[in-house]
This record gives sequence, C-alpha cells and structure tokens, in this order.
Amino acid sequence: MSRADLTTAVADGVPGAPRRALWTFGILRSELTTTLRRGRTLVLLGVLAAVPVLVGVAVRIETGDGSSAGPDGPHGPAFLAQVAGNGLFLVFAALSATLPVFLPMAVGVVAGDSVAGEAGGGTLRYLLVAPAGRARLLLAKYAAVLAFCLVATLVVAVSALAVGALLFPVGEVTTISGTRIGLGEGLLRAGLIAVAVAVSLTGFAALGLFVSTLTNSGIAAMAATVGVLITVQILDTMPQLDAIHPYLFPHYWLSFADLLRDPLYWDGIVSDLGLQAVYVAVFGSAAWARFTAKDITA
Amino acid sequence: MASNDSAETTGDATGTVVGRRRAARYIVPVAVAGVAAATIGLVPALADSGDPELPKITAQQLVAKIAASDQQQISGTVKISTDLGIPSLGGLAGSFAPGGGGSGSTSSADPEAKLMELASGTHTLRVAADGPDRQRLSILGEGSEYSVVHNGNDVWAYDSGSNEVYHARSEEAGGKAGKHTAPEGMPATPAELAEEALAAAGDTTSVTVDGTAQVAGRDAYQLLIKPKQSGSTIGSVRIAVDASTGVPLKFTLAPSSGGKAAVDAAFTKVDFAKPDASSFSFTPPKGAEVTEAGELEAEAGKQGSADRAPQDLGALEDFKGLDVIGEGWNAVAEIKIPGGAGLPAEGSGEMPAQAQQFLDALGDKVTGDFGSGTVFSTRLVNALMTDDGRVYVGAVTKDALVKAADTAK
Repeated sequence: MSRADLTTAVADGVPGAPRRALWTFGILRSELTTTLRRGRTLVLLGVLAAVPVLVGVAVRIETGDGSSAGPDGPHGPAFLAQVAGNGLFLVFAALSATLPVFLPMAVGVVAGDSVAGEAGGGTLRYLLVAPAGRARLLLAKYAAVLAFCLVATLVVAVSALAVGALLFPVGEVTTISGTRIGLGEGLLRAGLIAVAVAVSLTGFAALGLFVSTLTNSGIAAMAATVGVLITVQILDTMPQLDAIHPYLFPHYWLSFADLLRDPLYWDGIVSDLGLQAVYVAVFGSAAWARFTAKDITA
Repeated sequence: MASNDSAETTGDATGTVVGRRRAARYIVPVAVAGVAAATIGLVPALADSGDPELPKITAQQLVAKIAASDQQQISGTVKISTDLGIPSLGGLAGSFAPGGGGSGSTSSADPEAKLMELASGTHTLRVAADGPDRQRLSILGEGSEYSVVHNGNDVWAYDSGSNEVYHARSEEAGGKAGKHTAPEGMPATPAELAEEALAAAGDTTSVTVDGTAQVAGRDAYQLLIKPKQSGSTIGSVRIAVDASTGVPLKFTLAPSSGGKAAVDAAFTKVDFAKPDASSFSFTPPKGAEVTEAGELEAEAGKQGSADRAPQDLGALEDFKGLDVIGEGWNAVAEIKIPGGAGLPAEGSGEMPAQAQQFLDALGDKVTGDFGSGTVFSTRLVNALMTDDGRVYVGAVTKDALVKAADTAK
C-alpha cells in the first residue's frame, strides 16, 4: 500500500510539465537531426558499412581461385560458409559479425553521449529552456538513439546486400534447416532479421542513456557504456556463470538466426524481446529518475 | 549572523524534502526490476496448472497403449538434457576421434559423429515424421542447425555451420534409414528411448503408473520403471505417455545416486497433424561440400594408426570372452582381453606416457578377491579393468562391480 501511495505522491509531485505536443515534436525532430547528422555518427555508420565489404571481399578472394568453398577447421561468424553460394547470406554473416561488438559499440557511443555530451558542452540548459519538460526531452533523446539503432543495423544490412549481390550469385535461399525458400521470402526474412537485431539493441541503448544521465562528461559516459558492454559480453561466455546468463542483455542477441529456420522458431526471439523490454523499463525509468531530479549546472 | 543561520536552516529543510522526492523516483526502476524478477520466477509456477484428471489405468494397459500407438504423423520440439558424468564429450570426441584434428577427410555432416554430441549437455531438437518413409531430425545450434532428412531411399544430413552435406542411399545405409540416423545406444526421440527402457523390463523390474502430468500442453500418464534389485546405478525411469495417442512425450532417467536426471528428453511442443511435405525435401545448396556415404568409408579405411583402435575393438569382440554375470539391471558384462594384458604398463611403449597419466587420473584403483584393477566411473555406467586383463562393464555401482568380479573369479 505504502509503495502505491508513494508512487502517486511522486507522480503528483512532478513539476507541472506544459503539455505542448508541438514542442515535443520539435524537440524530437531536432534531436534526430543533430544525432544523425553529427560527423561522429556518420563516421560510425561508415565503419559499419565497411564491415560487410571487408567480409565479402575476403570470402571472394578465398573462394575465387580455388574450387573448394568454405574454410576448414573452426568456423568464423555464423553463415560465413554459405556466403560464396548465395550473396544474401552476406547480410546474415555481416549482422552476426557486427552484432557482438561493432553495432552495440556504436550504439553505446551515441547513447552515452546523448545527455552527458550536451551537459559537458554546456548546451543542455538551453535545451531545457524549451517548455517541453525534462521527461519529454529524455524521451526524445531515447527516440533518437533508437532511430540510430535501426539506421545502423540497416546500414550494415543494405551494404551487405549490395556487396553480396555484386560479388556472389543471388538466388533461392537454403534455410539453415536445409529447406528452400524463394528469393522474395529470403529478402523478407533478411528485413525481419534486421529489425530483430535493431530491437535487440534497445535494452543496451536504455542502459547507455542511464549512464549518460549520471555524468557531465560525454567521454566518461561513452567509455563506461562500452565498458559495461564488454564486461557483460565476457560474463556471458563464462560457463561457470550459467545461472545468470539468461538475465544478461546480450545473451539472446544471436537468436536472430532462428528466423532462418524452417519452420520459424520463435522461442529465442521471444526471450530476447522480453529481456530487452525489461532492460528498457528498468534503465529507462532509472534514467528518468536521475535526469528529472538532476541539478543541471552546465 | 543570526539571519544567516536561519537562512541556512530553511535551506536545509527544503533540501531534505526535495532530496526525499528525488530519492523516491528511484523506487520506479527498483519496482520495475522487482516486478520483472517476480514475474520470471512466478510464471513457470503459474503455468504449471497442476496434474490433469484422467481415468485410472493400470501399468499393463498403459504399456499396451504405447505398443498399440500407431501415430504416423508427428512434429514437435524436443529438449534433451544429458548429464552422464562424462567430461564434455562434444569437445573430447572432436579431439580424439580419428581425423577430428582437421585432416579434412571426414565430413562434419556425418550423422554418427554429430549425434554423439547429444551425449552431453542440453540440446534442442526438432523432429517431424510422416509415415515410415519420411522423417526429419534437426539439432538446433546457436546460429546453425544440423538436420538429418530421410525421404524414401535418400538420407541427407546437412550441417549449416560448415555448409557440408552428407548423403547416403538407403541400400548403402543398410535397410531402414531411421535406424541409421540414430546409432545404437543413442535413441533420439522419447519414443525410442521408451522402447529401449521397456525392453529391459522383466522380473527384476517394477513398472507402475505414477499419476498424471502435463507435457507440452497435453495430458499424459506417467509410467514409472524402477529396478527391484539394489546395486544398480539407475534409480528410476519415468515416461510420460500422451493420454489420447499413446505417444511417449517425456523420458527421464534418474541415477540412483540422486541429483540431476542423467537423461531428460521431453517434447516442449508437439503436433500430431501431418507435417508440411516441404520439410522432407532436400537439395544440397550451391557451394556446399557433399560427401557420399561410400566415400567416407573409403577415406576412413585409408586413415592410419588413429583408426586402428576401433578395428582392434572390433577384433576383440570376435574373440571369445564376453560373459554376462548377473541378470536384469545388475547384469555385468565380462570381457576377457586376449593375451591377458590389462592396461598397458608404464613404459611398455604401447601407450604414450601422457595417455597413461590421463587414464590413471580418470580411474580409481580398487582391490578385491579378484586381484586389483582400475574402476572408471560415470554417473550411469561403471567399468572395472583388472590388471590381469579382464574388463567388467555394467550400469551398477562400484561395489556391485567389484562383487561381480569376485564371483566371476
């Protein structure tokens, strides 16, 4: 009971935020443009676009002259063996190569910088002058980070698709279950996978946003966010910590491959989405608690 | 001074109130995390809606139901967890198996090698069957899948991780290809596991119906099989049988030493409708490496010393010397190694020193009326190798094994 009372008290205590939809929209639009047009963001996207090119060229060189396809011994990223036979698999190979490190690192940089960077640069208080309220500003910031998640994933996927189509034959897709689907359905699944990967990053993005509200130094926030990413990734590989693995945000990331099974297998994806939703709720509300109560001095 | 003091006091007071309000906001994330944790903890408990009410049935009726079951069409997802107490066989098999070191002559899509991986750890399988001619079994890996497809005369195996294909015609595969996909001692579906367990029944076994359960959303009877004798490492075998179709849905083998089940295979989803015909068709994808069954055997024959071990073992069985001591669950197989040599002695040159050390580390030295020897134990199967060259193997405890060796002497 007392908890419910407190929550109401907190809700009532929020300084009356003027509800001006126009302002919110304006803030969202300005956040999107500043985030996506920043030089740093463009460089990050450029690096992400280069990964499929590298992978594609490497596979092409290896399989181009010799007749044998596929590397011997331990496998690299998933789907790499199929790339030479079907260019569409470069999309899946590139996504599974970038998902563990590159993609979340880029998201961590953008999310970590979102609030702390403005605070460090002394521009945050000017943003707060707009009569939209802190909660809405934070929401707009998060929306911009989410947009970056989607754009970054699509950049990898589209670049991989272009390189794959250019260097390798593209045709009917053999699912990893061994059945065949048409190219149209293959492209559809590739799109679905890109969306699934982007959504997988939302939990980490919320975590980055929370870290970003803790400090006034953009660099510190980025470093901390990426540090958390690497630590959690290491924890996720330790078999001794089996019990906590299902609660770590990257644990189900590679479940996007389940979309390439036939018939589709949803269990992993559903676990992933549920876990991301929990992370978004916990760290999103923590970021809100911190940001709306913070003294903005710069 | 006085005015300053009062100003400070009021400042402090407002500061505390604001501070308290600020702190209160953190209740939201904490509450969200708490609710999430509670939900994760509670959902399985809530989903377990209790045991279904089913008409009473005797063990005999239930076994008959299983035997009479003629479900030709089935598809579903099976989760299989094995803990035999063998150190991760997947890795071991990779490093010890002939040619596993990457000489490139074996195909990773070879079914027998792949199915050995199921002997340890937890795996998710998908099965589908449509009559005796068309079956499919897939092992879902992270980002990859291994499928065995049987359609008419063809058996295809596809490893998506390495993009390799294994192909056998059923004339070569030796009659029923369904048997081929599951090597002896490695039953893959609950149905096969159940059959094996029932075959072992006799006077030595108690078979009872132990209530009902819900498996994969279906009502099921539970068949409980227990050894009547003591000394077996097998504590109990529990099979959940679908009440309407008689198809075994869950198989649990608990060791007598307690703890986690040694084998636990259960459908998590099951569907008795006709599976899609496309799931049984397979064409090797472009760029995939295809190994024909015949080639693989020829390659294996060419391989050098590493392959001699299995051949030697085969030769052993051809010799005399396989006796069975005891009966039922406590049966112990006695194998006499020709030549009377036990474990190669140290420095005899027959075995590298490291391998000798490795073997010593794995086993326990025991002595008894039979002499002395080494016991190698897993959670289910124990083996005693005596110094004078006899081997006793059985699903019995170490003590029972020593006793068997003593009586044989």
